Amino acid sequence: MEKYYILILLFPLAGFLFNILIGRFVSPKVVSWAGVLSILGSLVVALLAIAQVFSGKTIEYNIYTWILSDDLKISFGYLIDQLTAVMLIVVCFVGWLIHVYSVGYMHGDPGYPRYFAYLNLFVFSMLMLVMGNNLVQLYFGWEAVGLCSYFLIGFWYHKKTAADAGKKAFIVNRIGDFGFALGIFLLFISVYALNYTDVFPKIPGLQGQAVNILGWDVDLITLIALLLFCGAVGKSAQIPLYVWLPDAMEGPTPVSALIHAATMVTAGVFMVSRLNPIYNLSEVALAVVAIIGCVTSFFAATIGLVQRDMKRIIAYSTISQIGYMFLGCGVAAYGAGIFHLYTHGFFKALLFLCAGSVMHAMAGELDIYKMGGLKKKMPITYITFLIAALTISGIPGLSGFFSKDEILWFTYACGKPYGKFLWILGTITAALTAFYTFRILFVAFHGKFRGSEEQFKHVHESPPIMTIPLIVLAIGSILVGYFSVPHFLEPVVGEPVVTVPHEQERFVMIVSIIAGLTGIFIAWYMYISNPAFPERLTQRFSGIFKVLWNKYYVDELYSFLFVKPALWFADKFIEVFTDIKIIEGIVNGIPNLCYRVGSWVRQVQTGYLQQYAIYMIIGICIFILIILSM
Amino acid sequence: MIPLYYYLILSSVIFSIGLVGFIIRRDLIVMLMCLELMFNAVNISFVAFSCYNGSLTGQVFTLFSIGVAASEAAIGLAIVLALFRNISAVHTDEITQLRG
Repeated sequence: MEKYYILILLFPLAGFLFNILIGRFVSPKVVSWAGVLSILGSLVVALLAIAQVFSGKTIEYNIYTWILSDDLKISFGYLIDQLTAVMLIVVCFVGWLIHVYSVGYMHGDPGYPRYFAYLNLFVFSMLMLVMGNNLVQLYFGWEAVGLCSYFLIGFWYHKKTAADAGKKAFIVNRIGDFGFALGIFLLFISVYALNYTDVFPKIPGLQGQAVNILGWDVDLITLIALLLFCGAVGKSAQIPLYVWLPDAMEGPTPVSALIHAATMVTAGVFMVSRLNPIYNLSEVALAVVAIIGCVTSFFAATIGLVQRDMKRIIAYSTISQIGYMFLGCGVAAYGAGIFHLYTHGFFKALLFLCAGSVMHAMAGELDIYKMGGLKKKMPITYITFLIAALTISGIPGLSGFFSKDEILWFTYACGKPYGKFLWILGTITAALTAFYTFRILFVAFHGKFRGSEEQFKHVHESPPIMTIPLIVLAIGSILVGYFSVPHFLEPVVGEPVVTVPHEQERFVMIVSIIAGLTGIFIAWYMYISNPAFPERLTQRFSGIFKVLWNKYYVDELYSFLFVKPALWFADKFIEVFTDIKIIEGIVNGIPNLCYRVGSWVRQVQTGYLQQYAIYMIIGICIFILIILSM
Repeated sequence: MIPLYYYLILSSVIFSIGLVGFIIRRDLIVMLMCLELMFNAVNISFVAFSCYNGSLTGQVFTLFSIGVAASEAAIGLAIVLALFRNISAVHTDEITQLRG
């Protein structure tokens, strides 16, 4: 039985192969069936596996040895424990709904088969990442999701912005992945094992060891943990490598939903939780994870406050929410982090798919100030968006509340010197989150329509193939919080430390509810009851507004620090020296050499028949002489 | 019984005549004829050796060789003819278009 769980991986792979190879020769109907059914197939098998995990079993199965070279033995297998089970729910279920939605959203696109092929490959890569039982498979999945994100963000490659965004995502990820690969190498040479079950028992033995880097002694475990986290920073879009994610919305909207909710950006949180035995042994690494997570969360939320592009706001909200997850992991509450990942998967996918539905109705318009009053024309989208917004704001009873509250509580209670500070920052972020989400809701769905009459006539509710996934995700967003993930994950990630009395949990909870409600109230005050107010505020604090509107000038800073010097170096050195001198030198040199040798040798070929005959006779004589002299 | 070396001397003399003729004559037809001479010189030595060794292999070889020579002559003459039709020349000094 155990070996059949490989089907979870094989279904999406088969879907990918079908769509990429013969997708263009069959009708779009067949393509969508292949794409959707393959994910449904892995969802069904995954549910069977999850049922096994629920009955207390951990499934570990090695299929074959992938690479064997002296000490290095890499097997291909999978490990389905509680942590993987939660990830499987998110990846397969949310991924499947996004596939269904895409059938409606991408209807009539010329690249339809290619789109579904990449989508399937994306899900395959993520499943590989979460199911692998060793670090190499994790790395394989890690790189493959990066590649798929490149394909899909640049899906409309004829648009320059989309192609650039794809490149940006790939290159920024590359920087993080470099650190990630170094981390895996270092871990391998330290413990000589790659399978999780072999690696983890050996980790405590590394305590106290140090590596010397340029004269500095660095704790080995801390170094490994930080290098691995470097990969997570890139993949999960945290400071300083978050810049690719807001641009990633150049791709089709369901792709954004997939990247932000089910696959890709959650990989970092998963990795940190999976490798928790390493992080638990390094105070420094945990502190770095927590602080980067929390600061990113706050930083991204402030940018989200003033943006006008609907998808961009939601993208910043993703960065912010992933920051929350890292905050949870950083205070050793991995269960809470994964819990938030799991609930976030539902409501973030919902937010993006709602945005897609709005885009569909508005013919691609994304500026929320050109919308307004969409509530009546798109009731289902409105209600589902409202549910998602309430969920992300942490309103009690909805799933986001449970997970966010867990993280804030464990941050508050972790007993670290920076714990309280991070808690305050996290709570402020919760208020900001509620504010910017409801800002979208009030500006886009309430009030009067601000576009032309023509556009307003065009606004319509999306077809059922798109609204049904919205409804399912909305129900999911409400209900999934009642499944206590942190408790379920305890066998894998352990219990977080709590150093303050449990009575204070109520206090933390009330504060975060108040923060969420405050955010909603301010949004209501500014955009419904007093619409002139934001304008005045903008003028009053024009300096701050400008900085936020320009996203703290981080893109400009990176462009100045890295992109421009790189281009300058390429222009002045690579092109002039390497390209022209070395590469073109070799490329042009070889034919030139041939030409010279040829022009010398061709003097032999005179065209006189008799001369050839003499050559032949001389040749034969030489041969005969050689043979006779032997 | 004529000794073997008589035949061999005859054969080598004819071969040399053919070879020298091939090299010094510029007329394609004559060159072809010289080729035939060389062929037949070799055939003579084949037959002589065949007799000397009491084996039929050499004679069979000669038959093949005559067949090949016949077809070679046919093709050779056809080429010469085609060449003459195209550039009105059978003199090798005039046929140097394939010079490198």
